[in-house]
Amino acid sequence: MRIAIASGKGGTGKTFVTVNLARSLGMPVTVLDCDVEEPNSNLFLHGDLVSQSRVSVCVPHVLEDACTGCRVCADACQFNAIAVIGRKPLVFEDMCHSCGVCTTLCPHDALIEVPHEIGTVTVRQSQHVSLVEGLLDVGKALAVPVIRQVKGQVGADTDHPVLIDAPPGTSCPMVWAVDGCDAVVLVAEPTAFSLHDLTLAVDTVREVGVSFGVVINKDGLGDDRVARYCESEGIPILGRIPFDLDIARRYATGALIVDKEPRYRDLFLQMWQSITHLAQIGGNRDESLA
Amino acid sequence: MNRLPEQGSGHQKQITELVILSGKGGTGKTTLAASFATLARSLVLADCDVDAADLHLVTSPEIRQRHPFIAGKEAVVDESACTGCGLCASACRFDAFQEIRDGKRRVIPVRCEGCGLCVHICPEAAIRFEDRVCGEWMVSDTRFGPMVHARLHAAGENSGKLVTLVRKEARRIATERSRSLILVDGPPGIGCPVISSVTGSSAVLMVTEPSVSGIHDLERVTALARGFGVPVFVCVNKADIDMSLTEEIKRRTEDSHDRFAGTIGFDEQMVRAQLEGKSAMESITGNTRAMIERIWENIWTAM
Repeated sequence: MRIAIASGKGGTGKTFVTVNLARSLGMPVTVLDCDVEEPNSNLFLHGDLVSQSRVSVCVPHVLEDACTGCRVCADACQFNAIAVIGRKPLVFEDMCHSCGVCTTLCPHDALIEVPHEIGTVTVRQSQHVSLVEGLLDVGKALAVPVIRQVKGQVGADTDHPVLIDAPPGTSCPMVWAVDGCDAVVLVAEPTAFSLHDLTLAVDTVREVGVSFGVVINKDGLGDDRVARYCESEGIPILGRIPFDLDIARRYATGALIVDKEPRYRDLFLQMWQSITHLAQIGGNRDESLA
Repeated sequence: MNRLPEQGSGHQKQITELVILSGKGGTGKTTLAASFATLARSLVLADCDVDAADLHLVTSPEIRQRHPFIAGKEAVVDESACTGCGLCASACRFDAFQEIRDGKRRVIPVRCEGCGLCVHICPEAAIRFEDRVCGEWMVSDTRFGPMVHARLHAAGENSGKLVTLVRKEARRIATERSRSLILVDGPPGIGCPVISSVTGSSAVLMVTEPSVSGIHDLERVTALARGFGVPVFVCVNKADIDMSLTEEIKRRTEDSHDRFAGTIGFDEQMVRAQLEGKSAMESITGNTRAMIERIWENIWTAM
């Protein structure tokens, strides 16, 4: 079972929910940290290093002897990753989306693909939790290839739960993180900003076509507008985490609240029951991708 | 990633562009942007967190112009011309094709990268390459001054290009109306839209919080800004959640020769202001107010 934890707005508690859920389950579970721009799960799971590998994407390389400077590659590239100056093609690796258009269309076989490193995937083990973390190199623009690499680390046949810590927002990185999951948990706070971004995340998850529900974090802080929205849209509320400065203080230091306070372990286990139920019934799944 | 926005010569150089970033989300970028908008004179606001834009919720913009954001293309299969050979699906690197029946395919829009490979190789020329409307951008009036903002469509592509467009438009308005400051509410993270927000700006203010994740993310986004040669200010929100980590952030900032602009304590008044649709500086009182004023003074004086 694959469950993504996402939000729209950043800082609502995606990582907090992911790592505390993973620890609470008490059985083998894999966490995929797909917030590759700013991965934080290991700051709380403190796993031991198992393996590490670099992530590369394929970018074009010009074979100068074969190139005639015909510009077919530059004209076909939709991402401005190739410019022909004089009769010499210049490749901007960081603009390249690795789509293969230039190498496929070159009439002179003058382009080959070479690897270009953009990040790292690290596997760690923390008690019963396996953590796969993607990390985009600073200065690289494209997070999606690293996310795909992280998601590719777990086969579809795995029989233990997989929790995906998704990046914030509603654009391509978030879509690639939640795509193919059995359910998405959207974490929201009872504030105006969070509600607004929740509605955008709901639109996106509906577009992707995955069942979803909402966890209300810092419940009691703002007002009840998130709960009212969920009720009016028929979105299940999978759990509520009370607003508690003590949680924030412990989280700040990298501690897991479920290790310190057993009552929170019960709260997360109950949340997990709601999540698995949602994933099994297919809930409010939209059929656009199915 | 997008190219540098054009930096004007001559009188345009007088415009200061301050970008608010954080690395980690939810640290208070928008809250501070709205607060500074209340304090600053003669500014243009630009909301560059284009896939989760919130600044409009506390600035109540009156929209004067609305434009579609057309960027890139997307492949569309003409089902009647498709023979079901499957060449498109095997060539596509983004798994964007789905079989309907008898080998005939359709494009899954959220997966289409817009590269055009399938369009070029389809032997039946059955795939069209259509303009993609990825969202919209708006120019509005607010009680703080003009504001440029945008909305990326759900699951939209090209957020970096939209950021570049919003900044460019804000600069155009600032020049036209002789406004000396552009205040950019930036996106979280360090990827494509953040790079597009930072390149060619005058300075960045990092808003962080005293936690292991706040510090981790701050270091990465600060390294990014330094790579672009942009001066960095750092402030800590919710500083009293962990005073020793706040001190550590201050020490690290000064050690790396960035400027520490101040701290703000955790204050539920901030949440209340947001629920009322107000900037924090329009409704809160007491110490928090003074702390925000001090941060703004520190930045403005240094710039």
